[in-house]
Amino acid sequence: MRLLRKAAAFFFLLVVWLMGGPVGPGAHAGSEKVIKITAKRFEYNPSTITLKKGEPVTLEFASLDRPHGFNSPGLGIRTDILPGKASTIHLTPDKAGTFPFHCDLFCGDGHENMTGEIIVTE
Amino acid sequence: MNREIDRREFLKLAGIGSVVFASGLHGMAYAAGKEDFFFIQMSDSHWGFNDPRINPDAKITLKKAVETVNSLTTQPDFIMFTGDLTHTTDDGKERRKRLSEFRDIVSNLKVKDVRFMPGEHDASLDNGAAYLEYFEKTHYTFQHKGVNFIVIDNVSDPTGSIGDSQLQWLGTELGKLDKDARIVVFTHRPLFDLAPSWDWATRDGAKAIDLLMPFRSVTVFYGHIHQENHHVTGHIPHHSAKGLMYPLPAPLSLPKKVQLPWDPATPYKGLGFRSISTKMTYGDYTVTEYPVTKG
Repeated sequence: MRLLRKAAAFFFLLVVWLMGGPVGPGAHAGSEKVIKITAKRFEYNPSTITLKKGEPVTLEFASLDRPHGFNSPGLGIRTDILPGKASTIHLTPDKAGTFPFHCDLFCGDGHENMTGEIIVTE
Repeated sequence: MNREIDRREFLKLAGIGSVVFASGLHGMAYAAGKEDFFFIQMSDSHWGFNDPRINPDAKITLKKAVETVNSLTTQPDFIMFTGDLTHTTDDGKERRKRLSEFRDIVSNLKVKDVRFMPGEHDASLDNGAAYLEYFEKTHYTFQHKGVNFIVIDNVSDPTGSIGDSQLQWLGTELGKLDKDARIVVFTHRPLFDLAPSWDWATRDGAKAIDLLMPFRSVTVFYGHIHQENHHVTGHIPHHSAKGLMYPLPAPLSLPKKVQLPWDPATPYKGLGFRSISTKMTYGDYTVTEYPVTKG
């Protein structure tokens, strides 16, 4: 029984870690920088995000109106941003530069302008 | 009545064509016994768009294009609109009004075989509900003189995806065809990653391309990017069409994707439609670009 509990706990931790959760090697401990980003038609706030190369960060998203997306192809990250549902991205930028992001869930006239950029400094 | 016209004669008859682009499997002759024909692709008319700095003739551009198509000496076998028939609006009533007005305008085309598909402006805010009140299916197939046409909807899902269900349908439809079958695909968004940071991609487009890849003769015609672009994935060429409301910059040529402003010195610059002819000695299709007006 004790062995079973241990196995279940390990499996749980493994799943959480694989999902990018708050445990595991090199992950996002309590000290990890958290940046809150709101999305509403047709803007992100903030729309410019400055990060440091090699510094882990959590991006926390909230929609203020309808479903939006967050997609930064240059950094290989994306998430849906749905009203009433928390969404996060854990990221440790491994390259410096400016990486545009955009809404990739069509949200109306102005959708094309719903953009921003992540600036990763050395 | 249909009759064969060769490329030179076609251009002479058309009179106003400007750019010719050869597409397809070079060296592969069209199967013997098949009748050549041409069709017109029109795209991104964005009916309802209103910004005089971008297009002061927004209320007449589509009508002029219809007149220009009607003026072609030889009329096409059919006309295909590859999406963004209307400009998006949050107001469902207004969306329906625009779709209805668009349908009325294009009903003036001489050619009555006119086919449609939605763009994200028509369908993404309500999953195609209003569109389907005015037009038939958002994805379908049809055959014409030996060519198999497949219309893929990559906009009704606001994520810009085709979706597993439609991909399964595509696989089933392709399963009915011989590997040598001649296939033309219409989509709104590019199936390949043209510029994902400008949302010029289809999230699961690679799955559709994988399904098409075993077929020897496949060509994709799409819209969405409001300009010509010619790209090849494997042996499959992809050709985007100009729009009929405003041009957009070349992929990633500017920091931001912005509508290009109207130039009074060159009205309608960057706008137009195209014909696609099956008649070609070496290759599959001849693509000819036309301006909105005969000018």
